[in-house]
Amino acid sequence: MKLPPFQALLDEHSTDLYRFCVATAGWCEADDCFQETWIAALRAYPKLRRADNLRAWLFRIAQNKAIDLHRSRGRRPVPVEAVAEMTVAEPEGPVLDGQPELWAALRDLPPKQRTAVFCRTVLGMPYDELAELLESSEDAARHNVFEGLKKLREEWTA
Amino acid sequence: MNEDIETALREAAATLPSAATLDLQRVAGEGLLDVAYATVDSPLGPLVVAATPRGLVRLAYTGSRDEGEVVEDLAGKLSPRILEAPERLDDVRRELDEYFEGRRVDFEVPIDWSLTHGFTGKVLRQTARIGYGKTSTYAEVAGRAGSPRAVRAAGNALGSNPIPVVVPCHRVLRTGGALGGYTGGVERKEFLLRLEGVLA
Repeated sequence: MKLPPFQALLDEHSTDLYRFCVATAGWCEADDCFQETWIAALRAYPKLRRADNLRAWLFRIAQNKAIDLHRSRGRRPVPVEAVAEMTVAEPEGPVLDGQPELWAALRDLPPKQRTAVFCRTVLGMPYDELAELLESSEDAARHNVFEGLKKLREEWTA
Repeated sequence: MNEDIETALREAAATLPSAATLDLQRVAGEGLLDVAYATVDSPLGPLVVAATPRGLVRLAYTGSRDEGEVVEDLAGKLSPRILEAPERLDDVRRELDEYFEGRRVDFEVPIDWSLTHGFTGKVLRQTARIGYGKTSTYAEVAGRAGSPRAVRAAGNALGSNPIPVVVPCHRVLRTGGALGGYTGGVERKEFLLRLEGVLA
């Protein structure tokens, strides 16, 4: 089986992947999520047995990295000075101009719904690919998109 | 019924930052960069150069084959973990610049011979010993590689040189002084021999 040069993956998916990281892991964790995803992907790449759905594979790694980062941040106590510094230097508003509340609401969704909503709505990912990404059936993928959007809509229009 | 929120998400996504670059230094540090490549401008047209952690493994003229094809070929033959990483090739690029400006007669970058095998490898290693401004013949190179009668095979080996310029197959001529062929076209061979003062 022939794997494409890794650079081709990077060229094709970097922009979308970074946006996915910003949207699902949050601005502060986005770069970590992005780097960790590519590192993990590089590590696993030569042993990959299928090359027919690399985007789903890549975004599944990113989804898991975002979850890991979220967990480790939850456990790690943040020093007070760091918090103060962060709020001054890096408010979420100006960076995520557009809709910071919308992304915050997206991040409150369960991980699968979060991924499903972003990949379907923003990337226009077909359901069979999304199912592969989520390691679920197509029906379950549809359900995750639908439920996610419904909750998001309730949050957002409330 | 969810169209409004979908539109909002799409519009908001378009304003998300998109610029992020992979930390190649970290990638290399963790041993995950099997092949690094870059393009270099030269008087012979754009070149693709590629290196593994062991050394320079490929130099390709991109006139006839485009960069993508070279990279795909390397992905198949060496490793799919191949990334554009010009800073990993700084030494190679500097030495090539100096060579083309006539300020360098020897390449010092280490060579990775992974893309050569058997007799081809022997012929090319012998070719690498021919000094700047000197020439040899297909017959001599075949002899030094251990098979004096394999002149044609030596010609084929030189024709498949994965690292032209640095492994100077342009310094090998036909017995009697005719130029013979060249991977990148005989005009390039002439250019290099003129640069080195072999041809007037």
